[in-house]
Amino acid sequence: MSDIADRVKKIVVEHLGVEEDKVVENASFIDDLGADSLDTVELVMAFEEEFGIEIPDDAAENIQTFGDAVKFIKEAS
Amino acid sequence: MRRVVVTGLGLVTPLASGVEQSWSRLLAGQSGAGPITRFDPVNVITKYACEVPDGDGTDGTFNADDYMQPKERRKVDDFILYGIAAAQQAVEDAGWMPEDEAARERTGVMIGSGIGGLRSIEETTLIIRDKGVRRVSPFFIPGALINLISGQVGIRYGFKGPNHSVVTACSTGAHAIGDAARLIMFGDADVMVAGGAEAAICEIGIAGFNACKALSTKRADNPQAASRPYDVDRDGFVMGEGAGIVVLEEYEHAKARGAKIYAEVLGYGLSGDAHHITAPDEDGDGGFRAMKMALGHAGVDPSQVDYINAHGTSTMADTIELKAVERLLGDAAAKATMSSTKSATGHLLGAAGAIEGIFTILAIRDQVAPPTINLDNPAVETPLDLAPNKKVERQVKVALSNSFGFGGTNASVCFGAVR
Repeated sequence: MSDIADRVKKIVVEHLGVEEDKVVENASFIDDLGADSLDTVELVMAFEEEFGIEIPDDAAENIQTFGDAVKFIKEAS
Repeated sequence: MRRVVVTGLGLVTPLASGVEQSWSRLLAGQSGAGPITRFDPVNVITKYACEVPDGDGTDGTFNADDYMQPKERRKVDDFILYGIAAAQQAVEDAGWMPEDEAARERTGVMIGSGIGGLRSIEETTLIIRDKGVRRVSPFFIPGALINLISGQVGIRYGFKGPNHSVVTACSTGAHAIGDAARLIMFGDADVMVAGGAEAAICEIGIAGFNACKALSTKRADNPQAASRPYDVDRDGFVMGEGAGIVVLEEYEHAKARGAKIYAEVLGYGLSGDAHHITAPDEDGDGGFRAMKMALGHAGVDPSQVDYINAHGTSTMADTIELKAVERLLGDAAAKATMSSTKSATGHLLGAAGAIEGIFTILAIRDQVAPPTINLDNPAVETPLDLAPNKKVERQVKVALSNSFGFGGTNASVCFGAVR
């Protein structure tokens, strides 16, 4: 697994308090990992902070799974 | 009016986490004061406070993990954490966790705070300055709002009755208990979880109260002697933190389920000074009228009052309350005991009236008045027994708990043994 994916997974595990093996490619933050809408806002902020990027609101709305997040960050950084 | 009794208690105080642990240390004359550790106090004048003793949860220490998961705790200010912790203790103590919808709809929550998420506001302001507005947490607002203790407790236990919150500075805890009792008396709920919480020991909190000239400043060498109500050498209050929560219940409801009953809420009085934003009226009439109203609702003659848990913050205003109590009790003042437990806990602001209400309830349960510690040289002569430095074992059938707040807001709650 890429370095980016590892770093994203670490953030997800820390913020949502979930087991690492639950954070798989198509795991939905809300449906599978117990996040609510505020949690997803905070996750996006944590991604921005970790990778030094800016994720516009319309792009953030499309980041619904762990895989979405890794894909977006790879393209942005 | 329906009768209201107290069936559950919860305390997180600078003396200890836990009702019996806090109470036994209070009776033993211990102090919860020490050097400030919540932030580096290098820039503020007052460098001591009464902090909740953090630890692993044994020996009266406070272990946040016992009450909230770390990932949830990150989303709330400490005043909410303390409120939830004390509410959990109180609800478990009362044994009231109804599974059926009808009972949940008849159970409400009214927990307040004087200031709320002051530390979160301070930290978030610095984030905006240093990193910009995009770094503001989505949990900042719901983690700092005062009524979010009531909201969180309602969510946790499924309590769907009145969900309300009080904000009356240092009278908050007393007003919450009094107002919640009235909701039960009026029939809007059968059970209410009520009280106050505070966590304002942060740089902006200490600096703000220092600027008001309200805090003790002269005892950095011996913080445990700093809170000294009625003493000639008092120089301001010592900031405390924590929470006090009670479970109030309609009397027949409590009896029907065989609940343990600590005491009855006999009466409640409120008044305003209409005088000054921070100073009480010199004549003490506001406090006097609040106490008189509480006794009126209780149907109790002033001569029957055994114990008064005073507002007594260790400021110049202590003697104003003292005179108001003397005026209320008249000749009977000579047989009453009045103590300020703030001498041991410091001043918990919005939580003060709630923790002191609980101490008053325990005074009734155990027939003992807790001491006013550090009272070595009384500033004035009074016929009242101020319980200097030692608890007083005595009859306590009827008791008052007083709280007065900035803005000239006064509350007095009358508790009594169930007759």
